[in-house]
Amino acid sequence: MKAKFSSFLQHKWSQVILFSVFIAVTSSALYFSQKSVVSFLLLLGSLLVLHYMNLKKVTKWIVAAGLLFFLIPFASSGGPAYQSYMEVATMVGIYISMALGLNIVVGMAGLLDLGFVAFFAVGAYSYSIFATPQASNFMPFGQYPLGGESFWGFLIIGGICAAIAGVLIGVPVLRVKGDYLAIVTLGFGEIIRIVFNNLDRPINFTGGAMGISSVTPPKLFGIELVFPNQFYFVTLVILLFTIFAVLRLEHSKLGRSWKAVRENEIAAQAMGIPLVKTKLLAFALGATFSGMMGVVFAAKQAFIDPTSFTLMESFTILVMVVLGGMGSVPGVILGAAVVTILNLQVLTELTNWVNQLSLNGIVTIPDALSPAKMQKFIFGAILVLFALYRPKGLIPSKNKIFDASKLKVSKKTEGIENKDSVVVENEKVQV
Amino acid sequence: MLPEMFQTLPQVLIDGLTLGAVYAVVALGYTMVYGILQLINFAHGEIFMTGAFIGTALFIMFMGWGSAIPQILLLIIVLVITASITGFIGVGMERVAYRPLRNAPRLIPLITAIGISFVLQDVIRFIAELTSGNYIVTGPSLFSENINLKTSSIWSVFNDASFKTSFLIVLTVAILLMITLDFFVNRTKWGTAMRAVALDRETAALMSINVNKVISITFFIGSALGGATGVLFALQYGTIDPYIGFILGLKAFIAAVLGGIGNIRGAMLGGIMLGVMEMFAAANLSLLTGGIFGAEYKDVFAFAILILVLIFKPEGLLGKPTAEKV
Repeated sequence: MKAKFSSFLQHKWSQVILFSVFIAVTSSALYFSQKSVVSFLLLLGSLLVLHYMNLKKVTKWIVAAGLLFFLIPFASSGGPAYQSYMEVATMVGIYISMALGLNIVVGMAGLLDLGFVAFFAVGAYSYSIFATPQASNFMPFGQYPLGGESFWGFLIIGGICAAIAGVLIGVPVLRVKGDYLAIVTLGFGEIIRIVFNNLDRPINFTGGAMGISSVTPPKLFGIELVFPNQFYFVTLVILLFTIFAVLRLEHSKLGRSWKAVRENEIAAQAMGIPLVKTKLLAFALGATFSGMMGVVFAAKQAFIDPTSFTLMESFTILVMVVLGGMGSVPGVILGAAVVTILNLQVLTELTNWVNQLSLNGIVTIPDALSPAKMQKFIFGAILVLFALYRPKGLIPSKNKIFDASKLKVSKKTEGIENKDSVVVENEKVQV
Repeated sequence: MLPEMFQTLPQVLIDGLTLGAVYAVVALGYTMVYGILQLINFAHGEIFMTGAFIGTALFIMFMGWGSAIPQILLLIIVLVITASITGFIGVGMERVAYRPLRNAPRLIPLITAIGISFVLQDVIRFIAELTSGNYIVTGPSLFSENINLKTSSIWSVFNDASFKTSFLIVLTVAILLMITLDFFVNRTKWGTAMRAVALDRETAALMSINVNKVISITFFIGSALGGATGVLFALQYGTIDPYIGFILGLKAFIAAVLGGIGNIRGAMLGGIMLGVMEMFAAANLSLLTGGIFGAEYKDVFAFAILILVLIFKPEGLLGKPTAEKV
């Protein structure tokens, strides 16, 4: 019976039918009963189910895009909680993108960076300084604030600024290894926060501890984007680009050299991998994704101040990477989604529930133990338990498997035709 | 500019020495563990914080029984109890979080260390909030008579400096702890075993040294020192919260790196130097830069020292350079 059942589950069409039923049930539940957080989470969870299904990759991507672009926004649009669902989904997207950036640095290149939120801050500040009158304090030319159309340009500028910051941080710490690197990056993260916190004198760059408020909302075809459901689509597009880029990078020559450096620096160097360049690229590329999302974050919140960029944020992103599985792209996406939803939805809902219980006098739970305050404890426990019992995370990373016999055949046929190009490539590697 | 700097110099030195003594003893814990396991025990700052809380709780408890006990005796009792509790916490931490991972990649124990420090912070916050309603705790004031030091009579440029009696206590206890530890490591059998394990763990095991026991003892001593320093810190500064450990631990680590990590005398020197330099920066940074950088940048200053040391003299002031084995 059991064997029959599992073979039934393995079958493609039965999976498809069950999956569609699941989606139909959860989305209609979400559409008709607005308050149900559970159905929203289950609908998001359908993406995870999709990941494990026996389908072609292309089909999976198309289904996932359909879910993300149409079904989820539509299903949650049925009532007043629409914007709060979209807000959560947007934050999930922002954090996934950041976690993917950190995954490049920590998971693939093996450089433990504990100050990663600094790049997020650089991106956020780069947009909000120029999209508010703040910039006229030090810019001798130009009219500030810049219009909402500049947001799209700043997505790239913010990424570049963060990448430059990444290289600037990378250069001095490259001589430092392992544990020292963690401490130094932590120090840099703090330095950047303290500097942003105090850069209101002698010239007012960042507004100091007051932060920068009323950031110009982005404009697309003359429409101002202010609501979370609009930002949801912006975030989604950038996120898909990030995932695409990270997946391409992982199996590229650069990605393989990151993994080599992670496994053994000296051996990697002996095999001709330029250490400095590889590590700097890891820092810069990881920072880029974070900086881009920083711009989105600043535009979405319309207000930023240094308290959004504390050490705790850096550690939160690290927890996402460790929980999901260092170096594994689907794992990190899952980890980031779980941690963000835990933070924004589950813990607040639980706190409300506990408060209800104490109000009704059923059980009294002291205020000190309310779930919203337990964040650090939960994160600490996740870090310890996963490091001890599941160091590869929820979805362990897999290396691509090559069929040796197939490779040999294709090499033989290609080798005759493209002999010259192979030689040229070899020379490139040596340089 | 120079006369103003001289004016505050005696006070800066006194404050810097106090802070430096705290850094130095905490740095010892880092340096001992690093010397033996090549592991940065991130949670050491939290052990320090736990010590501060236990010490404050004990002080409040003993004061509640009536102040018949002389203050010095009270201090010694509290120090001993706190040190042994935190020592055992350290041993337990090693057993749970570090020992199973001894052969794992080096990134992994670092992550557990961060996790442990989060758990400790939150547990302490919870206990403090449950018992006193607020996680920021103010201890009873002991040894709080003010003493004025007439430094202006030595040289007229100086201003007068003042300090509380607790300054003397902190300094004396810290120096006593450091001397005892130095004696322990260099002159006793267990100290010799410890140095042997730090030098080469496998050979030491072949020479019939119980490596696990030595590592446990190292954690016990390091954590006991950290806890005792926590008590001194609570005594000197009065108000504590569960988040003091992290940044202070980081600075103590910077002190350990400055002196040469793995080197016990280096940690003492580095701690004192960092404390004095930081106080000097806090007092004079805005003066030196014409008001551009204020005292808020003193943390930046400490991290800048770390980065400079790591780039130009990674082995530290007293450490020996090591070549990496392939």
